[in-house]
Amino acid sequence: MTDQAYNFAYLDEQTKRMIRRALLKALAIPGYQVPFASREMPMPYGWGTGGAQVTAACLTPDDRLKVIDQGADDTTNAVSIRRFFQRTAGVETTERTAEATVIQTRHRIPEQPLSEGQILVYQVPIPEPLRFLEPRETETRKMHELEEYGLMHVKLYEDIARHGEIATAYAYPVRVEGRYVMDPSPIPKFDNPKLAGNPAIQLFGAGREARIYAVPPYSDVVSLDFEDHPFVASKADHECDLCGSAGSYLDEVITDDRGTRMFVCSDTDFCASRQAQGHRGRLSPQGATP
Amino acid sequence: MNAILTGGFADPSTQSAHAFRALLEAMARPGRIFTVAGAQPPAPISVAAGVALLTLTDSTTPLHLAGAADCEALRGWIGFHTGAPLVPAEQAQFALGRWDALQPVSRFRIGEPSYPDRSATLIVELDRLEPEGARLTGPGIKTEARLSLPETAGFRANRALFPLGLDCILTCGARLAALPRSTIVEDA
Ligand SMILES: [Zn+2]
Repeated sequence: MTDQAYNFAYLDEQTKRMIRRALLKALAIPGYQVPFASREMPMPYGWGTGGAQVTAACLTPDDRLKVIDQGADDTTNAVSIRRFFQRTAGVETTERTAEATVIQTRHRIPEQPLSEGQILVYQVPIPEPLRFLEPRETETRKMHELEEYGLMHVKLYEDIARHGEIATAYAYPVRVEGRYVMDPSPIPKFDNPKLAGNPAIQLFGAGREARIYAVPPYSDVVSLDFEDHPFVASKADHECDLCGSAGSYLDEVITDDRGTRMFVCSDTDFCASRQAQGHRGRLSPQGATP
Repeated sequence: MNAILTGGFADPSTQSAHAFRALLEAMARPGRIFTVAGAQPPAPISVAAGVALLTLTDSTTPLHLAGAADCEALRGWIGFHTGAPLVPAEQAQFALGRWDALQPVSRFRIGEPSYPDRSATLIVELDRLEPEGARLTGPGIKTEARLSLPETAGFRANRALFPLGLDCILTCGARLAALPRSTIVEDA
C-alpha cells in the first residue's frame, strides 16, 4: 500500500514526464548526456538523488526493486532508498539480483549477469568524463560534439608513463557504440566489461549536475586503452574469504585493531547466495572448501 | 464534446507508469512490439498513439498534428487531456500522423550538434506493425530485428544524421514499437 500523502513514486506527473522524455532521448543517443530539470528529493545530494529520480520515473507498482550501495543491500543509503520507494510506490523489494526488475546501484554492477526485463539505474556523482580535463561545460560539450577525445587518451597515457599502467581504478572512461565517451559512474574498472553487450537497460542519473544518460541493451561499450597497454579489468588477487569466489570483486576489510585483513565479495547477495549453496572461504566458520 | 472529455487515463500515475515502461523498453529494443492500454482517443487515432501522447506530452511539449490527425476531435482531446500546444512542424517536439502525412520529415528538428537531444519524436500511425520486413541492427538489438516499416530510405537517411536525427514511435491499434535514430535500417 502506498502512502497517500505522496504522488506515486513521490514525483509529480509533470516531473516524471520530463524525466521520461529525457530517458527516451538518452536511449536514442547512447552515451550522450541529456540535460534534465533535476528536482529536490527527500535525500541529500550524493545519496542518489539522480538515480532516485530515474528510478521514480521508471517504476510501476508491479516492480521488485533492489538497491545496492557499493554492492551491499544493507547500508543506510541502500535501505533508505528502498524504504522510500516501498512507501511511495508500493513496490516490492528484494535483495536477490535475479528477482529484481529494477536495480538502483551506487558504484557496482551486480556479479550475477542481468537479463532482459531488468533495468539497472546508476547513481552518478560527476557525469562528465572530460570534466577533470576541462572544467567548462560549453567546452566539454564542444569536445563531445567534435569527438575530440585526444586529451583523454593523453591523460591515460601519462598514467602509463608515470605508473607503468593506467592508474584509473574507478569511473574508468568508456566509449559507447564508437561515438560518445562516457563516465560509467565510480564503478571499479573490474565491472567495465559488464557494461558491454548487457541484455538489461542501463540508465544513469546525476542529480546535482542534472544529467541523464543511457546504454541500450547489447550495446558496444569499450574501455579506452592502447594497443601496447590494453585495458585490464583487474581486482584484488585473492579469493573471497567467506565464499571462496575467485572471480568476484572483493573488498578488503580490516577485522581487528591489529590490522588483520580479510577479503570479501563486495556484492553481498552474490556472496550470501554462494555460501547458501555450500561454497566456503578461508575464514568460513565451517572451514575451507574441501 | 463527450469524446473530448473521455478516453484519458482513469488512473494517470499508474497507467502512465505502465505505458512509459512499454515505451522505454520499445526505445531500448528497436523493432520489438509492445501492447499498451488505457487511452481511448477519438478516431482516427490509435490507442497506442493516444497512450504515447498522454504519457509523454503536456503543456511544455509543442505538438504537430499532420494530415488526418489534425482534426477538431483530436485537437479538443489533446487540449483537454494534455494541454500540448499545437505548432507547425518546424517547432514541434512531438508530431503525430501517418508516415505520408508527416512528409517531408526534413521539416522537423533533428537536434543541434551540441544538443542532439533537442530533436523531434514522431508518433507514426501505421496500418500494419509486424515483426517482418526491414532488417534492423544497432544498439538495443542482439543480432537483428525485423519490422514492417512504411519505407527504408527515409529511415536510412535519418540514421546518416547520427548523432542528430528523429526518433520514431510506431503505432498500430494498441501496439507500438520504436525506431530511434541509432538503428541501422536495411531492405528486407
Ligand atoms: Zn564471497
